[in-house]
Amino acid sequence: MATVSVCQYHRGGFSFENCKRNALLEADINKLGFSSPAARKTGTTICGVVYKDGVVLGADTRATEGMVVADKNCSKIHYISPNVYCCGAGTAADTEMTTQIISSNLELHSLSTGRLPRVATANRMLKQMLFRYQGYIGAALVLGGVDSTGPQLYSIYPHGSTDKLPYVTMGSGSLAAMAVFEDRYRPNMEEEEAKRLVRDAIAAGIFNDLGSGSNIDLCVITKGKVDYLRPHDVANKKGVRTGNYRYKHGTTGVLTKAVTHLNLEVVEESVQTMDTT
Amino acid sequence: MMISSRVFGDNGKVKEYHYTGPVEHKFSPYAFNGGTVLAVAGEDFALVASDTRLSEGYSIHSRDSPKCYKLTDTTVIGCSGFHGDCLTLTKIIEARLKMYKHSNNKNMTSGAIAAMLSTILYGKRFFPYYVYNIIGGLDEEGRGARDTYKAGGSASAMLQPLLDNQIGFKNMENVEQVPLTLEKAVQLVKDVFISAAERDVYTGDALKICIITKEGVREEIVPLRKD
Repeated sequence: MATVSVCQYHRGGFSFENCKRNALLEADINKLGFSSPAARKTGTTICGVVYKDGVVLGADTRATEGMVVADKNCSKIHYISPNVYCCGAGTAADTEMTTQIISSNLELHSLSTGRLPRVATANRMLKQMLFRYQGYIGAALVLGGVDSTGPQLYSIYPHGSTDKLPYVTMGSGSLAAMAVFEDRYRPNMEEEEAKRLVRDAIAAGIFNDLGSGSNIDLCVITKGKVDYLRPHDVANKKGVRTGNYRYKHGTTGVLTKAVTHLNLEVVEESVQTMDTT
Repeated sequence: MMISSRVFGDNGKVKEYHYTGPVEHKFSPYAFNGGTVLAVAGEDFALVASDTRLSEGYSIHSRDSPKCYKLTDTTVIGCSGFHGDCLTLTKIIEARLKMYKHSNNKNMTSGAIAAMLSTILYGKRFFPYYVYNIIGGLDEEGRGARDTYKAGGSASAMLQPLLDNQIGFKNMENVEQVPLTLEKAVQLVKDVFISAAERDVYTGDALKICIITKEGVREEIVPLRKD
């Protein structure tokens, strides 16, 4: 029985298999008068800082589709491995899938080496994949974690370049966040000070950048422990509406009604609440 | 414009070589500064509301730039769109109001202001004012137009359907159609802007409501989301 290897290393060179198909689809759609759907960008503020015992990653929680808020509480800090997490800015689907692919490959790699994965390994895998796609994958990432070599923080750009730095910011709110970092960053901070600094940097992005908003998520990674604080700070509460907008039964006109009985036996009943905030 | 020429490659074969010709750069005279305006009128009142955020691109210029301008004791205009044109247009309207007052010895009525605005805007038909205008006011007898409403600006597409439902009682059956009172209208306007601020990035910071009754024009300011 053949075993399927999931961890496939690319042979080398560029993979432009779908370009011709995409160009044809684009032309077809434009001829009909429609435009192809725009990729949803997260319009984000993400940042990270290295402190005495580890790294602190921070992100806002707003996802925009053009200038309309698509998701008021999306999660931008993605799991890579138990000791490595990654914040993502840019096209939402790209950041989500890229981090999941690398997380999966890293887990297989870690089983093969028998060791805890290193941040530099995740960095190398991410940059090689993004370079292979020549910037067409719109993922700008802040990768942070603690491994046997110590705490590390990398920023990764969509074209595949990376920087290893003590503090980084990405996304549309990166300038606002970097302003806060440049003012107050010191090497070897304590945990509380580092958390406060990251929280304030993300808050600067939330209030001064239109593409970022809602809450502040934090992820504190130290040797042997990860604190995923979601939300760490609810910076913006929804305004309280005074009117009552519930509709009584019969408000929607019913034209016809057809009832079909299903004769079923109830075996199990479970309730899952929907997040309606 | 593409100019192509044939070039002989390294291996002796001919390959096509393309380069673009002169590139045209465009200057846009307009900018979009965001903002939403809303006007509602009842039997004996009218109100014009707007948010106070002035933005451009992804940045905020000001959190305190209201878009309602008081013209007379009975008329308020809400202008949103390109802030430069909003300021110029209101300046022109105010000048025309003064000219009318001096030559006709009375203030312009709300209907007359609206008709005049239409001619001012059409005068620039081929280089328009990039402004969404809504005029709210009372007529000579102190009456508003019963149960009328209009939303304009960046979040107008989100507000208009809700107003159609709550004030116009559209798409609802078996509902008692009560005439709109001032208190209900103010409450509705506040709630509607709270919702708009949730989903439109250009709307937020604060809401300013100008309430026009026969006593004059009263203002109310309500805070909104700042993110």
